[in-house]
Amino acid sequence: MLSIKNLHATADGKSILKGINLEVPAGEVHAIMGPNGSGKSTLSHVLAGRDGYEITEGEVIFDGESLLEKKPEDRARAGVFLAFQYPVELPGVSNVYFLKAALNAVRKSRGEDPLDAMDFMKLAREKAKLVELDDGLVKRAVNAGFSGGEKKRNEIFQMAMLEPKLAILDETDSGLDIDALATVSKGVNALRDEARSMLIITHYQRLLDYIEPDVVHVLVNGQIARTGDKDLAKELEANGYAEFTGRAVS
Amino acid sequence: MSSTEQIQDRLSQDYDAGFVTDIEQDFAPPGLSEDIIRFISAKKSEPEWLLEYRLKAYRLWTTMTEPKWAKVNVAPVDYQSISYYAAPKEGPKSLDEVDPEILETFEKLGIPLHERAALAGVAVDAVFDSVSVATTFKGKLSEMGVIFCSFSEAVEEHPELVKKYLGSVVPSTDNFYAALNAAVFTDGSFVYIPKGVRCPMELSTYFRINAANTGQFERTLIIADEGSHVSYLEGCTAPMRDENQLHAAVVELVAHKDAEIKYSTVQNWYPGNKDGVGGIYNFVTKRGLCEGDRAKISWTQVETGSSITWKYPSCILKGDHSVGEFFSVAISNNYQQADTGTKMIHLGKGTRSTIVSKGITAGHGQQTYRGQVRIGKNAENARNYTQCDSLLLGDRCGAHTIPYVEVKNRSSTLEHEATTSKIGEDQLFYCRQRGLSEEDAVNLIVNGFCKEVLKELPMEFAVEAQKLLEVSLEGAVG
Repeated sequence: MLSIKNLHATADGKSILKGINLEVPAGEVHAIMGPNGSGKSTLSHVLAGRDGYEITEGEVIFDGESLLEKKPEDRARAGVFLAFQYPVELPGVSNVYFLKAALNAVRKSRGEDPLDAMDFMKLAREKAKLVELDDGLVKRAVNAGFSGGEKKRNEIFQMAMLEPKLAILDETDSGLDIDALATVSKGVNALRDEARSMLIITHYQRLLDYIEPDVVHVLVNGQIARTGDKDLAKELEANGYAEFTGRAVS
Repeated sequence: MSSTEQIQDRLSQDYDAGFVTDIEQDFAPPGLSEDIIRFISAKKSEPEWLLEYRLKAYRLWTTMTEPKWAKVNVAPVDYQSISYYAAPKEGPKSLDEVDPEILETFEKLGIPLHERAALAGVAVDAVFDSVSVATTFKGKLSEMGVIFCSFSEAVEEHPELVKKYLGSVVPSTDNFYAALNAAVFTDGSFVYIPKGVRCPMELSTYFRINAANTGQFERTLIIADEGSHVSYLEGCTAPMRDENQLHAAVVELVAHKDAEIKYSTVQNWYPGNKDGVGGIYNFVTKRGLCEGDRAKISWTQVETGSSITWKYPSCILKGDHSVGEFFSVAISNNYQQADTGTKMIHLGKGTRSTIVSKGITAGHGQQTYRGQVRIGKNAENARNYTQCDSLLLGDRCGAHTIPYVEVKNRSSTLEHEATTSKIGEDQLFYCRQRGLSEEDAVNLIVNGFCKEVLKELPMEFAVEAQKLLEVSLEGAVG
């Protein structure tokens, strides 16, 4: 599904990704862990096509096609979804309206007819239940005045609506209390599918107690330093990243 | 030499060709003089008092100068090169002869097919239905005693009403353009709603076709008698091209006790090309008087056209507990300039006003919100709430907010909120990551930004206005 080969990227002339190699087959959930500044968020941004990064070397193949030349919207329409670490507020734009426009843009690119308002609302109600997002929030302006937990639930709700082939969850656990974490994770688990790959970017092992990964990668200083199974995450939780960074953890 | 001096200079000269106005002619030669005004008045078979009204305004105008305080750059207007009375120009014979660019915009805006020909200026006899539709509605209105007709018709049929109210809210002395309009206005709309009548339909939805050709000096007068209610729609979303560069309209509203007037405008005059060449100057004076207690006047405007806009729809809140509202969306793209806002003059006790202004600037556009809130000494417990938000697209445009506040009564309450924001890269990226194109993302964000104002528009208008915002901002990003 996703194949990253020797990916190098810079931001403002500073080298951040320094030769990432990663294979995520269809249906697998991979976790990427690493200390602050290791390049985790950069990786998610580069995959989604955010401006401000220069790819200096390497390639990314997604679903058989080169990803890096594509515009962000074309990547999204091809099935790449990024759950934002900091979901953006769109004042005055209702969640429903926003998602309907997005979903129909994705459907159009797949050659499918747009959903009408009735079918859309039916689908939205069904998917909102996954993350226990109530009707009020579904109809409110996108993320405007949402609590941290509501924002993250809204991200997973959007993911459920758009049914991506690759979901990248960028620190979805940050800012969540334990109940919200459980709700969000439940939603994510419900979306696990043999045709869907997931890349879960996180700082802490805690999230992985809820969403059990098939593979865990440790990202340090712009490179994958080690790859293992879910036990690797537990090991990191116990020992920190000192082994990789050469620094003691405070 | 100032324009006034130029005019006076010109006035002092003899007519080069010993010109005498010929009543049989269908047009007046370019230029402005008392003779021309007499000619216009004679062509329209006006009563003596109206001619006197015009001449008085004209004499005053010759002593006035153009206002210079607005933050706009206006190329000098040669008032003697304008023809102040012209027979309607013959339009294209069919849609096939209309500029394809205009047709494309109609398509984008979803203008109904049967309206396109009329809006493009195709001769009326080629347009089916619109006239008969208009006649049907007119019949229904007159049953209820509602008068809705052209200004010229009102002068003939209801001179007592015109005489009573003309200039009662915007006197000729008000400003340079209002004086000019009073001297030379050719036509416009007249509305009178009798006591206690709730006008059963949005006025002008079905009449906009017929009203399209009112010319550059339009005069509108709307009177809502005690306890009546009317919603009036002006303009339309279709792009309006016009040979005349200067447009100086005057709109006067009078709301008596317990009456309500809702006045909605969608203005899409030709803004000039991408380099700012051409385009209409829209210098309009709009004012409403809440004459009686508990009267209410509400202005809603969506301004996307014109190269230069100078416009401040205002309310004089004279009646106790009367209410004034101003909801505005203005877009300035390419090289458009807009200096717009409102005045809320609180005179009566317990008067309330609300101002919500949303400005969007893109390209090299320049926009100023200029608002005045004045609380008179007798306006006990008056309240005003002002909110003006500006949204910038790109880094070559400018947005300015200039509020004036004058309070002479200590019991009043005023609130003012202002924000300026840029469409954030993170907002755009967020939308695009969900599959929306950059252009759709901008439209979505802009529509969200304007929502508070768009929801004030009558339903049908709101949908059109939303599309209009999209068309107006095409190419503003990327």
